[in-house]
Amino acid sequence: MIRLERRREPSRGWALATPFIAVLLTMLAGGLLFAALGKDPVEAIRTIFWDPLFGPYAGYSRPQLLVKAAPLILIATGLSLGFRAGIWNIGAEGQYIVGAICAAAVALAAYPAESVLLFPAMVLAGALGGLLWGLIPGVLRVRFGANEVLTSLMLVYVAEALLAAMALGLLRNPEGRGFPGSRNLAQYPSAANLEILPGSGMHWGVVAALIAVVAAQVIFARHQLGYRIRLTGAAPRAAVFAGVRPGLLVLVCMGFSGALAGLAGMFEVAGPAGRLSIDFGAGYGFTAIIVAFLGRLNPFGILAAGLLMALTYIGGELAQMQLALPVAAIQIFQGMLLFFLLGIDVLTAYRPRIGKARA
Amino acid sequence: MTDALLTLSGLSKAYPGVRANDDISFSVGRGEIHALLGENGAGKSTLVKTIYGLVQPDSGSMVLDGQPYNPAEPREARARGVAMVFQHFSLFDALSVAENVALGMENPPGLRALSDRIAEVSRSYGLPLDPARTVGGLSAGERQRVEILRCLLQEPRLLIMDEPTSVLTPQEVEVLFRTLRQLREEGVSILYISHKLGEIRAFCEAATILRQGRVVGTCDPRETEPRAMAEQMVGASFAAPSGAAREPGAPVLALRGLSAPAPQAFGTPLREIEVTVHAGEILGIGGVAGNGQDELTAALSGEMTVAPDMVSLKGTEIGRMGPNARRALGLCAAPEERMGHAAAPDMSLTENAMLTGAQRRGLVHRGFLRWGAARDFASAVIDRFDVRTPGPGTAARALSGGNLQKFVIGREILQAPECLVVNQPTWGVDAAAAAVIRQALIDLAQEGAAVVVISQDLDELMEIADRFCALNEGRLSAPRPMRGLTLEEIGLMLGGAHDLKEAG
Repeated sequence: MIRLERRREPSRGWALATPFIAVLLTMLAGGLLFAALGKDPVEAIRTIFWDPLFGPYAGYSRPQLLVKAAPLILIATGLSLGFRAGIWNIGAEGQYIVGAICAAAVALAAYPAESVLLFPAMVLAGALGGLLWGLIPGVLRVRFGANEVLTSLMLVYVAEALLAAMALGLLRNPEGRGFPGSRNLAQYPSAANLEILPGSGMHWGVVAALIAVVAAQVIFARHQLGYRIRLTGAAPRAAVFAGVRPGLLVLVCMGFSGALAGLAGMFEVAGPAGRLSIDFGAGYGFTAIIVAFLGRLNPFGILAAGLLMALTYIGGELAQMQLALPVAAIQIFQGMLLFFLLGIDVLTAYRPRIGKARA
Repeated sequence: MTDALLTLSGLSKAYPGVRANDDISFSVGRGEIHALLGENGAGKSTLVKTIYGLVQPDSGSMVLDGQPYNPAEPREARARGVAMVFQHFSLFDALSVAENVALGMENPPGLRALSDRIAEVSRSYGLPLDPARTVGGLSAGERQRVEILRCLLQEPRLLIMDEPTSVLTPQEVEVLFRTLRQLREEGVSILYISHKLGEIRAFCEAATILRQGRVVGTCDPRETEPRAMAEQMVGASFAAPSGAAREPGAPVLALRGLSAPAPQAFGTPLREIEVTVHAGEILGIGGVAGNGQDELTAALSGEMTVAPDMVSLKGTEIGRMGPNARRALGLCAAPEERMGHAAAPDMSLTENAMLTGAQRRGLVHRGFLRWGAARDFASAVIDRFDVRTPGPGTAARALSGGNLQKFVIGREILQAPECLVVNQPTWGVDAAAAAVIRQALIDLAQEGAAVVVISQDLDELMEIADRFCALNEGRLSAPRPMRGLTLEEIGLMLGGAHDLKEAG
């Protein structure tokens, strides 16, 4: 029988090793899954993890890595602020969508005027939209004690409905011959979020993600806000004793994470996606939750986890195309990553003992 | 002494890194009240859990009533006539007394028959208790009676009591002792765990003293000096706190009609509290647990805000201010619960130094944290208060209760507060650490600070307080000089509205 014994102090070694072990176990279990589906497991794993970077079509897929990773990193960094304090914003997807709607609305209102001020205004609008959408569950929790997990998640579906209404109504492209979706912002020079270095996938969202990672690291390590967030997560009563106002912290964290998710939506709609369409929400907001935990809620960990997750996205698409793996298998594969991570995570705080139980 | 009911020989139990019990042998006679003495961590709990079947010893054996005794679980212990009253009650607030008792029995009779039994037993042992009452509304002393009755209904031959008086008023203690003496007359043996030497001298016939898992002495407490027993417990002689008589100075902290609703469902509202604490004075606030101690501490520390004029510090109205604003003005506090309230268990001592020290020690500059200064502050606390730890990087969780408490109190004292509020400063702390903490509080008062000590340990208050008042159901009695107060007067102040009349 295996028992778990609480460690006197959480193990640093295990905390570092956990993500790597989780990735390895995911490869093993994923390989078994692919084998059960009748595919060559080694080839499938190679297609997912290796080919996007170094395979025959790497020239196309490599820039995609940054394009996919940037929103994940940006959103996950924001989420990590709240998660560390035990504030569970599950609705980043909705904040991402609303941020994109607001940014697109600003751009479309100005169309076709050109101005250097337009892009910054869109950045502001995107952040503000996400912030306000994130504040709704925050206020509901502080004012009425509503569980933010439920309210923030439900607001995702409201945001999706809002997106559909906008794409079909107010923001629809008047020259689009009745097709749903807005004008293509990528073809509107003042609003376009173009690659900074052609062929690299590096757009302004990538820059924002990197800034967010560094800023979050500074906040956690050196700033009072980060200390209060960590303290609230570690010992809520001690945090109140230290002068933290829990309600205010909820609003700050929900607002912060909402604003970063909104920013991610803004960079996406102005660049890679180009337009608001009914299917604009691609699940970045949900995947970012996995990224945040995979990165151990640590900014640089999130950076690495975001790149890894982007890799499995791109590799997963490759595997779908080249090996005809079903999309569900890829999703299971990504889910396994979080499953193994959380499972192995127990070992940082507990020590397994094998042997007969002694009371 | 009569022949032995329970004999332990060579009991040992090791946990990773610590030998909780090491070759323990002694015996408890029939109809004997046997005291088990020792500091926190001496191995008392492990030992009685072994006797009660909750812990299996690594080696050694027990004999109960001439038969080998090795209970694998508490049910087996109960079947052999061993019962135990725990320090922390395991009762359901929402259920009645009778329902709670039924839950702890193997084959409970019908509720009505059980209620009759409870009423009968409670009458015959002088433990007044209404079987139909809801446990949520009972005082700590009454809850303990439920636990005791639960044991008595099993007609035990050995009753184990773990620190039973820590939650009782002196009058309630008297009722308990009378019951225990009556049980002894009936031939029941009692294993009585405590570190309060006074009560052990009052009614135990034999005592076994544990230190670091070993038996370091046995004695007849009625004929042994308390000081000798204490020194055996600690393994060294230590000085009792001392201080010259202090002259109270100007008023520092004033509470005017301090009232506040209960913050939680089972909390206590504060009612019209009026008191003034002067510079150089230690005000002791006694009271049985759950009479508003936590709420009063929160209202003083700033975790709970009240109307501005209800709390003032040196003439400034601070009732509306949060903890950090109060710290900036010189009011520091240390709540009762170390783990998770006064300190964050998973954080390092440096981070825990930041927790309250940020304001007064200048550990924050424009929102940015000065970790170097925080580490120096943590080291200073560790050095000055002799906190046993590898260093400021250690997690608070890894410290023993006494060491963490020294750190928590030291952290506040080294901020040189004008007024310090502490709640249960030596709760669950070994005697040596308690002496250090009490001396530090006295020294702080002597340097001119106003000190408020909220404590359920009357011995502690009698030792260090200048004036005494009692907290009862959220009301504070008028303060009286500590010197000259008798235990009985204190008991009446504490008991205030408690119903202490005995049945029968």
